[in-house]
Amino acid sequence: MPTENSPLIVADRLRIASASGATLVNNISFTLGRERVALVGESGSGKSLTARSLMGLLSPSLRLNAQTLNVVGEDALALSEGQWAPLRGGQLAMVMQDPKYALNPMRTIGWQVAEPLKLHASLSRAEIKEKVCEMLDAVGLPQPSQLMSRYPHQLSGGMGQRVMLAIALIADPQLLIADEPTSALDHAMRDQVLALIRRMVEQRNMGLLLISHDLQQVAEHCERVMVMYQGEILDRLPAADLPRATHPYTRTLWSCRPSLATKGQPLPVLDRAALEAHREHH
Amino acid sequence: MTQNLTELESVPPRGRQRPRVTSLAIGGTLVAVLVLAALLAPLLAPFDPNAQLMTARLLPPSSAHWLGTDGFGRDLLSRVIYGARPTLLLVALILVLTIPVGMLIGICAGYLGGWTERVLMRITDIFLSLPNLVIALALVAMLGPGLMNGALALALTSWPPFARQARAETLALRRSDYLAAARMQGINGLRLMFGHILPLCMPGAVVRAALSLGGIILSAAGLGFLGMGVQPPTAEWGSMVAEGSKVIFDQWWVAAAPGGAILFASLAFNLTGDGLRDRLDTRHAN
Amino acid sequence: MNIIELNDLSVSHRLGYETRTVVHDVSLTVAAGSCFGLVGPSGCGKSSLLWALAGLNPHWQGKMTLAGHQARPGSAFTGQLRQDVQMVFQDPYASLHPRHRLRRTLAEPLKLLKKKDINPRIDAGFRHAGLDPALADRYPHQLSGGQRQRVAIVRALLLEPKILLLDEPTSALDMSVQAEILNLLNRLKQEDKLTMVLVSHDPQVIDHMCDRAVHMDRGYIVS
Repeated sequence: MPTENSPLIVADRLRIASASGATLVNNISFTLGRERVALVGESGSGKSLTARSLMGLLSPSLRLNAQTLNVVGEDALALSEGQWAPLRGGQLAMVMQDPKYALNPMRTIGWQVAEPLKLHASLSRAEIKEKVCEMLDAVGLPQPSQLMSRYPHQLSGGMGQRVMLAIALIADPQLLIADEPTSALDHAMRDQVLALIRRMVEQRNMGLLLISHDLQQVAEHCERVMVMYQGEILDRLPAADLPRATHPYTRTLWSCRPSLATKGQPLPVLDRAALEAHREHH
Repeated sequence: MTQNLTELESVPPRGRQRPRVTSLAIGGTLVAVLVLAALLAPLLAPFDPNAQLMTARLLPPSSAHWLGTDGFGRDLLSRVIYGARPTLLLVALILVLTIPVGMLIGICAGYLGGWTERVLMRITDIFLSLPNLVIALALVAMLGPGLMNGALALALTSWPPFARQARAETLALRRSDYLAAARMQGINGLRLMFGHILPLCMPGAVVRAALSLGGIILSAAGLGFLGMGVQPPTAEWGSMVAEGSKVIFDQWWVAAAPGGAILFASLAFNLTGDGLRDRLDTRHAN
Repeated sequence: MNIIELNDLSVSHRLGYETRTVVHDVSLTVAAGSCFGLVGPSGCGKSSLLWALAGLNPHWQGKMTLAGHQARPGSAFTGQLRQDVQMVFQDPYASLHPRHRLRRTLAEPLKLLKKKDINPRIDAGFRHAGLDPALADRYPHQLSGGQRQRVAIVRALLLEPKILLLDEPTSALDMSVQAEILNLLNRLKQEDKLTMVLVSHDPQVIDHMCDRAVHMDRGYIVS
């Protein structure tokens, strides 16, 4: 069990390869304490694979090895499936991209939010019900007692994502991994949901690993940023330094967002040839 | 996006030490054995299947007759091998008749909608509710026994599931972006149905066909058993089981040999169907 | 000159026996060569309006004039109108037929219209959009999301339309790929003198791309 000060994730030379030998994540190293860190990159950069390896959810056809991989104080490389089960939901939790696919369509909201409690805590039915109501309220959902008997298809995208967050946080985990939690949502909802995640993580003194492809979005809500490209971490910097980033990839990702200010001009895009050349030298 | 992740996960691992033996591999091999037996029967069968030798009646399995002989002194092994022919012919005929008709009706119903859909689906429902052996018997009583009539009878009651599946898939596809894009480019009607929708319904139909072949073989054997299929003295597994059932307690091999062949064929097609479904579904999923 | 004119346009969806109106009494005009934006949250009706403009949803009432053709409610677009209005769809993974090679997908409508030099046209279209023409012989699943969206754009432009409708063309793409696609669209708009109608839930994309835009909410235009 990690103490207040020990890091929640210690990854040293983490490597993920496909069954045919292609390297998907190439010897990355990082640590995560009780802080909000963003892992940013394009599709195919390996960020989702990294996240899944931290929860033992990698596909069995992929090969994982590392010098060290400690997650909430446990050696993630040595855990069996049975040993992972009490950790997932209880010590660490994940929120995924699309509530449409991640929520069970055949079960009520109340049942799904209560499930982690049933698995990781021993409480009476009444206590569970109370906690579920509290949690639904804490994530900003209206009329929690009525919502408990509804089904996922009756919720909008933003509400569904809040339910996912409630499921993730109800058993009081230490670490939250959010894999592109707002990509399936409307623009207007994105900031709200991210702000909610940030608030809950701060209140509970948890660690947050936020995965995204949108640098500007995570900059507002995270303290540190790691930038991944093709399986490697190219740049690490505090979020506050992003506008002054020096690495060409980070600079481009930061400034490629369209806005009124960029109207009429072409947006900066990645010059992949130059990027490869830069990587050769470092 | 996580799309890349599912692409990675659905690719079967290659470069392993031993190739995995899949249902498809086993089923495919068994089907190949069946087809070879049917094609090469004259070369494989040790005796003429119709040669009667009354002094060698009901002999148990021995080195001369591997599966024994039947009530007319005919070698059972040869009859079983030759029996693969009417079975496979029947299966092929039924497939040729049911799949195109079923898919045509299903796709038209799903695409055109409205009254066309309602009428076609009600016709499908009517045929679906017909019990297949009873109808087969009725048809054979009208038209006379024989392979073609047996095939026709079974085909008449086998096409509805294909129609329903094709319609369900067409309905789901109608809302897809790529069909909308094709319509935007001026592609519609028959071209859309057969060039765009049909290729997407094919994998489902192939799997369904392979899986239902096991049952069709049993129905065909049933027809033969009732004397309604291929007529004697032609070797056919179903009628052979009927003959063998008369002496089953004392000379069990006369019924067991063709019975075993029916089991073998059913198993072969079921395994192939299972394997096909696994292969086609994972690729289909993306 | 206005290339799109809508007067009191209402669009509805038919589900079985029910009809639900999702867009109410919309009137607007779009000048030729400009980019017009439709912004709003999910369910506001912007995509439904776009699909009606595309001729994919025949259940509409009111007056719709596109590129000089008067569209008739209840019937699909035919003839020159069908060519003049083309659309780029949202999900690059879903808008190309998974079982057809790209060349076949792009060539089919040209063959129907009995155009000549189909293969050179396709190759030229690919180059125009920054793609290697050799990719045309591949299947959609062999391309990345950004490449597929470029192919979708080429497909729309091969029929030489006057109006290009874009239904959240970059919502399913990474930020960096989105920048590339938006740059491409702007370049094509200038070079081919296209009129574009862009639907998005991201106001910043609209700000960057559009000359004029309206907000929609629950089927009505609100600003």
